[in-house]
Amino acid sequence: MQRIALAFFITIMTAASSFSEVVKPSEVVFQDGAVMESLTAQLGDPASGRKIFMNRKQGNCLACHMNSEMLDQSFHGEVGPVLDGVADRWEKAELRGMLVNSKMMFEGTIMPAFYRDSGYSRNLKKFVGKTILSAQQVEDVLSYLLTLKEN
Amino acid sequence: MNSWKLLMASTITIAASIAAANEDAKLSIEGLDIPVRVSVQSHTPEIDEVRSGWTFRKSETQDLQRDDFDNPAFVFVDQGIDLFDKIDGTAGKSCSSCHSDMNSFKGLRASMPRIANGQIETMEDLVNGCRTERMGAESWKWSSKNMTAVTALIGLESRGMPIKVKMDGDAAEFWQKGKDVYYARVGQLDMSCANCHEENYGNMIRADHLSQGQINGFPTYRLKNAKLNSIHARFKGCMKNIRATPYKEGGPEFRALELYLASRGNGLSVETPSVRN
Ligand code: HEC
Ligand code: HEC
Ligand code: HEC
Repeated sequence: MQRIALAFFITIMTAASSFSEVVKPSEVVFQDGAVMESLTAQLGDPASGRKIFMNRKQGNCLACHMNSEMLDQSFHGEVGPVLDGVADRWEKAELRGMLVNSKMMFEGTIMPAFYRDSGYSRNLKKFVGKTILSAQQVEDVLSYLLTLKEN
Repeated sequence: MNSWKLLMASTITIAASIAAANEDAKLSIEGLDIPVRVSVQSHTPEIDEVRSGWTFRKSETQDLQRDDFDNPAFVFVDQGIDLFDKIDGTAGKSCSSCHSDMNSFKGLRASMPRIANGQIETMEDLVNGCRTERMGAESWKWSSKNMTAVTALIGLESRGMPIKVKMDGDAAEFWQKGKDVYYARVGQLDMSCANCHEENYGNMIRADHLSQGQINGFPTYRLKNAKLNSIHARFKGCMKNIRATPYKEGGPEFRALELYLASRGNGLSVETPSVRN
C-alpha cells in the first residue's frame, strides 16, 4: 500500500513540475524579437526537429524555405530565404523568437507564428486556442536549426 | 561546396526545371489567340503584369488546354449541352426552349459578376433565376456538377474575349468590400490572399507554383479532383489550406471577393473552361 501511495505521489510531482516548466504562449517574453528563455525544461532534439521541419502538418518549413541539408526531400519552397548556414547568421534566442512569432522580428511577414494560440481571425474550429507547434516541438526545431552551419 | 553537395544541388536544379512552367508560352486554342499576359492595371499597382494562371502551369498541363479534344473539361461541357436541352420543372421547358441561340451569351462571362438591383449578380444567379422563376424547377447548388457544367457551357461562348468587369458606380461599394476580404489575414496560418497571390506569385510553395489567383478560366477543370470547380469552391479551398473557416459559397463575402478578383483580371481573356493542377 505504501509503495503504491509513493508511486502515486511521484507521478503527481513529475506531472506538476513538467507542467509548470512549459512557458505558455501568452507568457513568452520577447526582447527585440528574440526569446532568451527556453520554452521547456527539456533540451531540444535535433532529429525530431528535422522531421517537424519537413512534415506538412507540423512545421512545413520546407514549403517556404530551401534547405541543402534536406536534399533527400523533394520540393523546397522559394517564399522565404534559403536556410543554409542560418545558425551562422542568427543567435539562438533570435531563432527561437522567429519560431514563436516571426512577426515580432519581421513586420508583416507571411511566415506563420508557430507558438501563438490567440489573436487569429476566422480560425478553423479545431485549431482555436491551439498553437501550430508545441513548446517542445519549437525547441526541437530550434536545436535542428542550430546545426545548419556553414562556417 | 563538396562534390556530394554539388551533385545534389544539380539534381535539385534538374528537378526544378522539370517542375517549372513554360512561363513565356503563348496560348492559342482552335486557331484563336488568347493573350495570357497583359500590362499593368492602374488599380493593382503591386503587380507589373497581369498573368493568367495558365502561364504558371507545367507544359503538359498547358497543352491540355490548347486543344478542346485533349481538354478534360469538355466532357462536362458536353453534359452541359444535354442539361441545356433537358426539360425540367413545372413549366415543361428546357433552357433551349427560350435560349435557342447560344451565341446570345457571347460576352456575358467577360462582364460577370455585375450589379443588378443593388446586389451582386453572378452567373450562378442567372442560371438559378431562370430555373426557379421561368422553369418552375429546383435551384442547383452553387458548385454542383450540373451548375458548373452549364456555367462552363455559357462561359465558353466568351472565350478569348477581354474581361471587363465594372468596378465603379454602384459596384464600388462591393469592390471595396472584396478588396478588404482579399487583404485580410485569416486562419491559424494568419495569411491573406495577397500574401501568396500578390507578394509571391512566381515562387514555389512546396510543390506548387504560385500564380496570381486569377479567375478568368472558371469553372476550371482541376487534375487534382478531376472535375469542374466553381470560383467560390476554389476560394474555399485556399481558405481551408491556411486553416481559416471559409465564407459560404454564394454568400456576400465571396460574391464581393469574386467581383474584386475579376476586376484584377480586367484585360485578361476569358479562358473558360481552363485546366489547372
Ligand atoms: C509561408 C512561408 C513560410 C513558412 C511556412 C516558414 N517560413 Fe521562415 N520565413 C519566411 C519568410 C518570407 C522569411 C523572411 C522574413 C520576412 O518576411 O522578411 C522567413 C524567415 C525565416 C528565418 C530567417 C532566415 C534568414 O536567413 O534571415 C528563419 C530562420 C526561418 N524563417 C525559419 C523557419 C522555420 C524553422 C519554419 C518552420 C517551422 C519556417 N521558417 C516556416 C517564410 C516562411
Ligand atoms: C421561359 C423562358 C426561359 C427559360 C426556360 C430559361 N431562360 Fe434564361 N432567360 C430568359 C429571359 C427572358 C432572360 C432575360 C432576358 C435576357 O437577358 O435574355 C433570361 C436570361 C438568362 C441569362 C442571362 C443572359 C444575359 O445576357 O443577361 C442566362 C445566363 C440564362 N438566362 C440562362 C438560362 C439557363 C442556363 C436556363 C436553363 C437552366 C434558362 N436560362 C432557362 C428566359 C428563359
Ligand atoms: C498559402 C498560399 C495561398 C493563400 C494564402 C491563398 N492561396 Fe489561392 N492558391 C494557392 C495555390 C498553391 C494555388 C494553386 C497554384 C496557383 O494557381 O497559385 C492557388 C490557386 C488559387 C486560384 C486558382 C487560380 C487559377 O488559375 O485557376 C484562385 C482563384 C485562388 N487561389 C484564390 C485565392 C483567394 C481568393 C485567396 C484568399 C482567400 C487565396 N487564394 C489564398 C495558394 C494560396
